[in-house]
Amino acid sequence: MFEATGINQQNDQTQKRFKMLFGVMMVILIIPVIIIIGTLIYKGGPSISWSFIFDHPTNGMTQGGIFPALFGTVWLVVVSLLASVPLGVAAAIYLSEYAPDNLLTRLINLATINLAGVPSIVHALFGVGAFVVFFRFGTSILAASLTLAIMTLPVVIVSSWEALQSVPRSFREACWNMGATRWQTIWNVVLPNAYTGILTGVILQVSRAAGETAPIMFTGAAMFLPFLPNSVFDQTMALALHLFVVATQVPDVPESLPFGVALVLVGIVLIMNFFAIWIRMRLRGKKKW
Amino acid sequence: MDATLHDGGRTPSPPDNGPPLREYRGKQAIASMSIDARDKNWYIDKGFEILMFFCGISAIVFVVGIFLFVFKEGMGFILHDMNMGEFFLSPKWRPTSLNNPTYGILAMVAGTAAVTILAMAICLPFSIGAAIYIAEFATGKTRETLKILIEFLAAIPSVVWGFIALSIMNPFIIETFDVPMGLGVLNSALILALMAAPIVTSLAEDAFKAVPDTYREAAEALGATRWQTIYKVVLPAAKNGLLSAGLLGVGRGFGETMAILMASGHSINIPTSVFDSFRALTATIAAELGETAVGSPHFQSLFAIGIFLFFITFLINMTADFIVRGVHKG
Repeated sequence: MFEATGINQQNDQTQKRFKMLFGVMMVILIIPVIIIIGTLIYKGGPSISWSFIFDHPTNGMTQGGIFPALFGTVWLVVVSLLASVPLGVAAAIYLSEYAPDNLLTRLINLATINLAGVPSIVHALFGVGAFVVFFRFGTSILAASLTLAIMTLPVVIVSSWEALQSVPRSFREACWNMGATRWQTIWNVVLPNAYTGILTGVILQVSRAAGETAPIMFTGAAMFLPFLPNSVFDQTMALALHLFVVATQVPDVPESLPFGVALVLVGIVLIMNFFAIWIRMRLRGKKKW
Repeated sequence: MDATLHDGGRTPSPPDNGPPLREYRGKQAIASMSIDARDKNWYIDKGFEILMFFCGISAIVFVVGIFLFVFKEGMGFILHDMNMGEFFLSPKWRPTSLNNPTYGILAMVAGTAAVTILAMAICLPFSIGAAIYIAEFATGKTRETLKILIEFLAAIPSVVWGFIALSIMNPFIIETFDVPMGLGVLNSALILALMAAPIVTSLAEDAFKAVPDTYREAAEALGATRWQTIYKVVLPAAKNGLLSAGLLGVGRGFGETMAILMASGHSINIPTSVFDSFRALTATIAAELGETAVGSPHFQSLFAIGIFLFFITFLINMTADFIVRGVHKG
């Protein structure tokens, strides 16, 4: 670091002032998170109980629990993972291991960036137009999950690509020199060394898919259902949509109920993120290259 | 989206093993060979290469698919019911009127733009300041912790932000400014600023990290303080990256749905003050899509709004990418 001398004492003062300013800006960005999470815990905490988690909503959704919504969110996330993880990881393998530096690769990168930038409500329109109407899935878990899968695909592609790229090139070269084919190298050397990184991306994708509301609103999630879904062709309730419904659509909801739902949703998402960060930290500690 | 996706020339390319043992010498040679392991693996290799290729181009397929399906539904409206001038210049959105339905999105565009601009005006200085702090001042554990906190901010789902707008911000604004309703431009802009902040911060931090350390070393060797280095060297070198970070923030603002739906108050008029209620393009689709019959002009008009949104975000993303790519080339 630069050592200050007597001559530029004033410059040093300026620097200190600016460092302080930026530090304060940083803190101002962080404070709302703490206030928000604090408020959610303070107001929603009392309504959290075993019966809140495991009961059905009652009395026109003004009382009771959130179990069908929680159950539906798990359905949606799992089915969307089944579709997007194999596809996303394979796309990342192509981009990282096979793709030559040409126009097509450039187009794939642009498409990935755009897919991530398309507004969630346009994804919803696509889901309605393609899965619900055109492929005749109706409003179902399948249609909603596929919409979610396409929406979260860029997350998987980018994080898997980063994980694959972090495997040193010399690993691949060593394997090729042993006479292995490209695929044998990928399967036996590259993927085993990249899977924790890929896993981190998948967890982040879960947290993203669990919180999305707009893409599932018209493709498969229902405001209220008296029964649990049996197959992927049924509609389902979902936690994120449930929060929207109890916060805006249902009259006379006790204040603690939406706070409780929000707390559960934020809790799930933040725990997922903690988990991903924990894996990343461990991975960084373990890496020998 | 991370700019690091651009691979440049780093894609590894192994020696092509090729189909080995092509020179069979008659039937006898083939019969004397047991199943050739290399041959089988070569086919497996080729098979997977083709499979990976088709998965690789899936992103293109989906972007084109989104465009086609949204366009297919919206086209009926554009061809039959849409009046270009009315669509873009009329602030009256009355799709359910029996006698004379009008489809004007001007008020929504104005509302969305006003909120996005205000949100960026709030978010950009703080995000760039925070990014400078993380990239240039903070070290070690502090930097890691700050980055994790920013990541948490990014993880909060948009419907939760909307709920916060309704239940925390709304009473706060009513009390602080003594206005009858706290839902509107100010509330939405604050929520949007908080939502966009982590994205803009981490993109801005990437932009600072992309400035080579040799620049900083050269400046410090000439006797510049760290702040002078940042102000005179790092900021100018990172300005394209910062611009693209800001643009992606704008894209986020235009595309945000649930939070704005809940925070905007959802009444159609061109906002004239920061406390006015407004309606966003995205929120209109979200609020009305469920109530329309599939195939009706109203249903299709919502897809036309979708096309408009698709093009705007497409344009913003392309511009942001172009700006960053310019940096990489230079």
